[in-house]
Amino acid sequence: MQQIFNFLIRNKNSILFLILFAVSIFLTVQNHSFHKSRFISSANWVTGGVYSWSNDLNTYLHLDEYNERLIQENEQLRNMITFMNDSISIEKQLDSTSFEGDYLFRSARVINNNFAKTDNYLTLNRGENSGIEPEYGVITSQGIVGIVDRINNKYSRVISILNSRSRINAQLSNTNHFGSLIWNGEDPNVVQLIDVPRQAPVQKGDTIITGGRSLICPKGMPIGSIQDFALDQTQSYYTINIKLFNDMTNIGYVYVIENVNKEEVKELEETDEQ
Amino acid sequence: MNSNLISNIARFIILLFLQVLILNNINFAGYINPYLYVLFILLYPFAGNQSLFLFLSFLLGISIDIFEDSGGINAAACLVAAFVRPNLLRFSFGISYDHQNIRLANTPFGSKFSYVFILVLIHHFVFFSLEMFSISHILLILKKTLFSSIFSVILILLSLTLFSKKHR
Repeated sequence: MQQIFNFLIRNKNSILFLILFAVSIFLTVQNHSFHKSRFISSANWVTGGVYSWSNDLNTYLHLDEYNERLIQENEQLRNMITFMNDSISIEKQLDSTSFEGDYLFRSARVINNNFAKTDNYLTLNRGENSGIEPEYGVITSQGIVGIVDRINNKYSRVISILNSRSRINAQLSNTNHFGSLIWNGEDPNVVQLIDVPRQAPVQKGDTIITGGRSLICPKGMPIGSIQDFALDQTQSYYTINIKLFNDMTNIGYVYVIENVNKEEVKELEETDEQ
Repeated sequence: MNSNLISNIARFIILLFLQVLILNNINFAGYINPYLYVLFILLYPFAGNQSLFLFLSFLLGISIDIFEDSGGINAAACLVAAFVRPNLLRFSFGISYDHQNIRLANTPFGSKFSYVFILVLIHHFVFFSLEMFSISHILLILKKTLFSSIFSVILILLSLTLFSKKHR
């Protein structure tokens, strides 16, 4: 017994080291598994508070740019309204490149944005109190940003599309061939679309949009344009490099999308499985 | 002793906020960030309590992890750096570390440089290995380790020179 205690006391630093190291490895591994990191995130009141304070200062420096973007978006929306008023024809009604289903948009401000790591997250200044819930999509006027992953009362954390664990359904804009959007961790302006079948007519400069096969994002949100492409090892699927429309390194305000019919669709899918 | 304690606490807090609010947003050439908070581990009193030192390094790392949503990678990297520090001190400063109370400001540049550089290299290697979390990206890990280390070491040596107290 005495010897055991002596051993413990003699090696107390190594033991402490091993314990704490095991804790940090555990947290790392947990953080690497999607949707399971429950203990630690920047969506808590301490870090959220600090980030929103520092962002308050920072926002003033970018006001010009934000205004510019808002004007552009207003212009776009105004064009859409006049276009709709002008030509309420049946073809236009049936053309469903417009968003399908009922979606609710909420604006939020990005108070923290990472893009240089392999697994990047954003923090927003809205949370449960504003009606935001996990698995809501996040976009800007120029394209998709990510998916809400964790929330508390006032802040929420978003898994950026620049995250090795993010997988978003996307498709070519001119045909319905679809694939999964991933990121290889290298260039924050370029993401990859994988598993696009070989017979798809892929061409440089084509636009990639979100596919409607998940409940997260409406179909037809722009993502980016094709930069280059190659067949993968099996020679039957394309891996496509996509240049994002969004500048992921400079995001000020975003919209959080709620799919109003999500519960109904889920319910339907679950009854189907039984 | 007391002023030592206060200066360590102040250093802890200042380095933490400096890191998360400013340095982590530099992203020089896309991905290079300096990790100046290693300075806390470098400067912690050499004769201080080792267990407390390990724990404080862990605490500093985990605080940064919470801000950065990075799980436990900063914590693990800090811990390893803190754990190997005594051996590294013996390697860099030789016998003087064992017998006298050395001060970092008064040591020759060569041994100071090797101490800083090796510790930063170890810290960054653990950090980027855990961040990538895959052997197949070993080249990217080494590249990031090297470039970030150079940036960090320059910044650390600069701040050591700037903020060292003149000792007569």
